[in-house]
Amino acid sequence: MHLLTVDLWIPNGQAGVMSLLRTLLLDVVPTIQQTAALALGRLANYNDDLAEAVVKCDILPQLVYSLAEQNRFYKKAAAFVLRAVGKHSPQLAQAIVDCGALDTLVICLEDFDPGVKEAAAWALRYIARHNAELSQAVVDAGAVPLLVLCIQEPEIALKRIAASALSDIAKHSPELAQTVVDAGAVAHLAQMILNPDAKLKHQILSALSQVSKHSVDLAEMVVEAEIFPVVLTCLKDKDEYVKKNASTLIREIAKHTPELSQLVVNAGGVAAVIDCIGSCKGNTRLPGIMMLGYVAAHSENLAMAVIISKGVPQLSVCLSEEPEDHIKAAAAWALGQIGRHTPEHARAVAVTNTLPVLLSLYMSTESSEDLQVKSKKAIKNILQKCTYLPALEPFLYDAPPNILKHVVGQFSKVLPHDSKARRLFVTSGGLKKVQEIKAEPGSLLQEYINSINSCYPEEIVRYYSPGYSDTLLQRVDSYQPLNN
Amino acid sequence: MATLARLQARSSTVGNQYYFRNSVVDPFRKKENDAAVKIQSWFRGCQVRAYIRHLNRIVTIIQKWWRSFLGRKQYQLTVQVAYYTMMMNLYNAMAVRIQRRWRGYRVRKYLFNYYYLKEYLKVVSETNDAIRKALEEFAEMKEREEKKANLEREEKKRDYQARKMHYLLSTKQIPGIYNSPFRKEPDPWELQLQKAKPLTHRRPKVKQKDSTSLTDWLACTSTRSFPRSEILPPINRKQCQGPFRDITEVLEQRYRPLEPTLRVAEPIDELKLAREELRREEWLQNVNDNMFLPFSSYHKNEKYIPSMHLSSKYGPVSYKEQFRSENPKKWICNKDFQTVLPSFELFSKYGKLYSKAGQIV
Repeated sequence: MHLLTVDLWIPNGQAGVMSLLRTLLLDVVPTIQQTAALALGRLANYNDDLAEAVVKCDILPQLVYSLAEQNRFYKKAAAFVLRAVGKHSPQLAQAIVDCGALDTLVICLEDFDPGVKEAAAWALRYIARHNAELSQAVVDAGAVPLLVLCIQEPEIALKRIAASALSDIAKHSPELAQTVVDAGAVAHLAQMILNPDAKLKHQILSALSQVSKHSVDLAEMVVEAEIFPVVLTCLKDKDEYVKKNASTLIREIAKHTPELSQLVVNAGGVAAVIDCIGSCKGNTRLPGIMMLGYVAAHSENLAMAVIISKGVPQLSVCLSEEPEDHIKAAAAWALGQIGRHTPEHARAVAVTNTLPVLLSLYMSTESSEDLQVKSKKAIKNILQKCTYLPALEPFLYDAPPNILKHVVGQFSKVLPHDSKARRLFVTSGGLKKVQEIKAEPGSLLQEYINSINSCYPEEIVRYYSPGYSDTLLQRVDSYQPLNN
Repeated sequence: MATLARLQARSSTVGNQYYFRNSVVDPFRKKENDAAVKIQSWFRGCQVRAYIRHLNRIVTIIQKWWRSFLGRKQYQLTVQVAYYTMMMNLYNAMAVRIQRRWRGYRVRKYLFNYYYLKEYLKVVSETNDAIRKALEEFAEMKEREEKKANLEREEKKRDYQARKMHYLLSTKQIPGIYNSPFRKEPDPWELQLQKAKPLTHRRPKVKQKDSTSLTDWLACTSTRSFPRSEILPPINRKQCQGPFRDITEVLEQRYRPLEPTLRVAEPIDELKLAREELRREEWLQNVNDNMFLPFSSYHKNEKYIPSMHLSSKYGPVSYKEQFRSENPKKWICNKDFQTVLPSFELFSKYGKLYSKAGQIV
């Protein structure tokens, strides 16, 4: 009998094993039944073809029927089988729902033994994970209040599984998230953020972020459960996933309305997130970067708050050192959102020398299309408000024509009013470069160039126009000296 | 006679005449029948049609009234909904007005107020700094705790190692491996070993059988439950007037200890306990635990070959297995029978009754 519990790799055509195990499930001795169920579970766990074979051999109705009346070891083993079958694909999970397993699993959730509850909650989690209909079926079976009760149990493993089940239920649609909130889960989840276990924190934060991502009301309800400033301590946790989920939660809250972003800023969340970005690498940074972008996008005061929390240097560091394109794209988008409001903001962004980096990302052929689009938009948005000329000058040299137009336009707006800038423009060689630009007459670029030229006296313009040295030399050639 | 002759003369033709007279009418009969049927059917049709018309009229009236009733109900609902919508629109419009005023006020006072904005940004940066500091402290505290936990774990491990390796400690005669004579000073492990207690293997814990003694039953006669005051009464207290009994007698009676009967005072498996105690005492006197084997070849497990007279074709029956106390298979439930010898109460009341019967005078 114990041979069956060895994890063998069994090829697909061995349907004979399934029927053997099925007959063993009906055996008189309870130990044999439990071991047979365990063996089925391990087979189904390994491979989805085997799981389909389990479903095809009509084992599930038998399991569900005996799940209701056997002892706790059998219940654990049977719930393990259901979990192993349901995790592979939505069709298999639908098959489990069709044979009426949900009601028995919900009954198992009321059992005294925490191991049985954990197995049942895990099975429900894997079923609800796939899509919204299956989650709705799980909710209709009345699982949510029992899961909320399971969260309050003292065993850590049970808490973890129950929190992850609630998270997987709530992630599909606002109605399901509302159901989870109506069962009173948010208060308990918020209390458990302080628990020192890292995996539990990770699941709780994931559950809260799935709930709050759907609508403003849900986000407000999560905030009312007083998660700030406790959530900020999770940003300092050693575990990467906890940090990622904490910044995801803050992002989901801050993205809905300016008021919620204001709340996050007032609680000091921006500084904490920026520190968290600094201490992480790779994909863990992504939610934090997006959060800064969302906060800055709402209004210029919030963008200014992000700037004074020293967000821009951190974002430019991310932009330059991250290897992945989607993170770079997010950082570019966030910088664009910060810099697009007023000249002050654009100056704050330009001072950190990020504009050349953005330009190079836009121009390079290796960056993905998404990255190119985002960096172009960011450059455009920032340039339209930028009056910080030293940062604009490098653009004169290596920008493509469509960006050059904006750069020159900015120059033409600033130069007529600032004499120091005019002098600086001349001495740094900018005027020379502008003269070298070839523009079609009548285009916007030509107008800008004309307006720049009109700021300077005629001689300087002629001096710097290309080919002036040639004309001078020609004059020398044609000049006849007066004497002899 | 004449009539009869006439009739007889006509008798041959009477039959034919009779037949022909009747048959002349036949074609008309069918025609008349058909006509009558037609008239009757037409008339009946008119009757039925009139009836149906009448019914239709009545039904129309009923339906008209019923539909008007339904329509009025529906109208009521529609009116309610329309009213509700109108009220909600009104409330929304009023709410929009309030919000408009409030937002304008807020924006003018807070958002577009430059100094307020600067203040706000300053406060935000201060909050940020405070949060950063707090978070750093938190992170430091966690690191410290973790380091401490690690150190403690290391310490425990080292201690356990030292306890296991206690035999490597150096004695006066033999220096241990950590105390080599060529070293200037002994290895730190030597000092650790000196500090450690030798590790003994965990013995299987003997389960303490909870023996409830009789005195546990008697909570109500213990001194706890009759509270006496801490302060003793003064010595020269005047005796209270009245027929009070002597206080010492009263206390004696009140705190008299239990005098259980013999049957209750002994445990029920007293025989077994006594046997075990006897066995233990005898074991103390043993020099060697092994049983004394009388014959030199006793320990050799040779099978005894019985003589021809004593052997049967069924093999020798094991002597031990006949007895229930040696053969667990003969037990009825999963325990053997207990030998219980309850005591009897022949002399339990001796000297405790009031009567002086039987006492030596």
